[in-house]
Amino acid sequence: MFDAFDALILARIQFAFTVSFHFIFPAFSIGLASYLAVLEGLWLKTGNSVYLALYKYWLKIFAIAFAMGVVSGITMSYQFGTNWSVFSDRTGPILGPLMAYEVLTAFFLEAGFLGVMLFGMNRVGPKLHFAATAMVAVGTFISAFWILSVNSWMHTPVGFALNEVGQYVPAAPWIDIIFNPSFPYRLVHTVIAAYLTTALVVGAVGAWHLLKDRANPHARKMFSMAMWMAALVAPVQIFAGDMHGLNTLEHQPQKVMAMEGHYDSHPDGAPLILFGIPNAEEKRIDYAVEIPKLSSLILKHDLDAPLAGLDTIPDDREPPVSIVFWSFRIMVALGFAMLGLGLWSLFARYRKRLYDWPWLHRAAIVMGPSGFIAVLAGWVTTEVGRQPFTVYNQLLTADSVSPLGAPAVGASLLAFVIVYFAVFGVGVWYILRLVGKIPQISEDEPARAPIRSSGITPGPAEGKGGRGNMNTDPDNGPEVAPAK
Amino acid sequence: MNWLATSVPLTEVWAFIIAGAVFAYVVMDGFDLGIGILFPVFDVGKERDQAMNAIAPVWDGNETWLVLGGGGLFAAFPLAYAIILPALYPPIIAMLLGLVFRGVAFEFRWRDPGHRALWDAAFTAGSFVAALAQGIILGALLEGIAVEGRAYAGGWWDWLSPFSLLTGASVVAGYALLGATFLIYKVEGRANDHARRLAWRCFWLTGLAILAVSIGTLFLSGRYIEKWLSTPGLFFTAQVPLLVAILAYAFVRTMQKGRELAPFLICLALFFVTFAGLGISMWPDIIPGEVSIVDAAAPAKSQAFMLFGAAIMMPIIIAYTAYAYWVFRGKVGHDGYHD
Repeated sequence: MFDAFDALILARIQFAFTVSFHFIFPAFSIGLASYLAVLEGLWLKTGNSVYLALYKYWLKIFAIAFAMGVVSGITMSYQFGTNWSVFSDRTGPILGPLMAYEVLTAFFLEAGFLGVMLFGMNRVGPKLHFAATAMVAVGTFISAFWILSVNSWMHTPVGFALNEVGQYVPAAPWIDIIFNPSFPYRLVHTVIAAYLTTALVVGAVGAWHLLKDRANPHARKMFSMAMWMAALVAPVQIFAGDMHGLNTLEHQPQKVMAMEGHYDSHPDGAPLILFGIPNAEEKRIDYAVEIPKLSSLILKHDLDAPLAGLDTIPDDREPPVSIVFWSFRIMVALGFAMLGLGLWSLFARYRKRLYDWPWLHRAAIVMGPSGFIAVLAGWVTTEVGRQPFTVYNQLLTADSVSPLGAPAVGASLLAFVIVYFAVFGVGVWYILRLVGKIPQISEDEPARAPIRSSGITPGPAEGKGGRGNMNTDPDNGPEVAPAK
Repeated sequence: MNWLATSVPLTEVWAFIIAGAVFAYVVMDGFDLGIGILFPVFDVGKERDQAMNAIAPVWDGNETWLVLGGGGLFAAFPLAYAIILPALYPPIIAMLLGLVFRGVAFEFRWRDPGHRALWDAAFTAGSFVAALAQGIILGALLEGIAVEGRAYAGGWWDWLSPFSLLTGASVVAGYALLGATFLIYKVEGRANDHARRLAWRCFWLTGLAILAVSIGTLFLSGRYIEKWLSTPGLFFTAQVPLLVAILAYAFVRTMQKGRELAPFLICLALFFVTFAGLGISMWPDIIPGEVSIVDAAAPAKSQAFMLFGAAIMMPIIIAYTAYAYWVFRGKVGHDGYHD
């Protein structure tokens, strides 16, 4: 049944599918781990129980998201070898060590302290527990650092030589390889995106509960914190994205040509195409709505600067324009919508209507998933824009693939699609169910009694004294006063 | 880091580090997966919850050793990674999907009591498939992989054979033994009695499996027989079955005495000895008969850079992993030992 496709396109679909699915979870858990560290830190500092309740509320959600990130991530660490074995053999000497550093410095750190973070509050005390939360948060960042360095090297490869068997081997100090030209920009842009994504989710959850009960202190707190993030970070992100784009123009010009929809060169100032329909056959943008010379102004800071188009690139080196053109516009539009939401929240704050402006709350709910969409659209832009290469200008995607038959790749792709949609679909549904409950401090309410330890403690756990410590549902742990 | 490249036998060191990571994975996730395999035997409710809680705080760290094994192979022996993974494609994909079900079940079963039975089944099925696939991977690797140039040259059913199915079943039995003995240490009451009975059965099954795989390996190809049964190497290799016999005796004694932790530790030692036996069979190849560790090695500069990081990070990782185990030490749900 897979004979209609070749193994290459199936392997590409499989990688795109598994990595997109995977990235949704870290995009959320990188931000959420830091948010949890902030909440617990604020609780320790102020003793305000609202922070602790919010911590426990989001910890349950974090546990699910993190578990899904872990299991989908293990798949990724084997995808390189299973489907892209030639790529693995040839880039292993450079990319392998960077990934090994990710495992050594990040994965063990996250995994080692995750158990303490999820189950250890009653065992180690609040301060050590906060340290464990902070370690998990730091681990997620270190992980992003290394994997983005790997990814960036594939976009802007430096510091390598080819050995006699065709492998890319290190030929410069490792620091140059790690900090390859696009890495700092990609790191900043991606990590901010993760924070923004989380803030929008937290904001949407807060808004949802404010619509039902605008006096709820937990909903107010999380909404306010999230809107501060959106207002402060969205403009920073737009600026960082612009810097990243200029870096791309310098190192991967054809990606920017595809993003801009510039099939033709413009010797005296290129227009900014707002909308249009890329026509791949005729190599032009149909129905283009454009602003003359603005693209040159943005990219070159000069209205009349010449900009080369895809007509300067051989056809077989051209990235698929229509995908990149659209994904880029989706990302940018959502970025500005986030900025709009942030500004609206500032205005609401100024008017003292942050907690009782239903339309603001509805807008925040609508924007809840926008971070995920923007993040995926951004990745599509940068990854599809690199085609037809895996290692830019060095190694063709077509030359990277494993010597596998289409039926093998197709069957595994089908299995991944079915399992991922079923398992992660259910996981997302559990998360939605959890965020549908209004956060509150309610230790002894049997209806919310936790499941994590059902049956372990002899007899119903009613008072603090009778509760076994494996009773670790975050909602149900004894209130521990922060040690000052 | 250049001094590392000249003063240390990097390739051999990395072979040992990766073998160590795989061993750490096998025993640590081995008991997690083993508990998953035995899960349906436990009574719904208290027994199952105890079994799950015994590993919930540590499974993620345990599984990370698999990423280190895979990632380390990619980094230190990229050629081996590039040949083995396509060759063993179906069992590797099966293992990954099994681990997906197993991993999410930890969280999902608590979040959805209405469908807990379903997630318990997913937990068991995922654990079983992952363990079986890992055993099949081992057997197929021992049998040999067809290589041409720098790529896998066989078909995509080559991995399936009576021997690889035998090693698959053996790993399932061995993991179940680890899981049962770990539970003897972690749980009490009826669950403990239950775990003991299971440990006995898994022990005999594992013993049979070790015997069958050992004999089967000798018949695989001339190389293994020569390595194990020719003098003077025999005086060295004979220590392996001898140690297995001694450990088996120790297991029986400690089980009869009703010890709690010793059976698990003896099983770890048993795994270590059999793992060393596998090492003897494979050394100095990474793909038996085809690719040696030297053939597959990444350049010294890559290996040296990683060794620098591993030398610093490994002690730290071991320290905080030990700390995490220390935090959750002792019996699950026993009131006496909680603070």
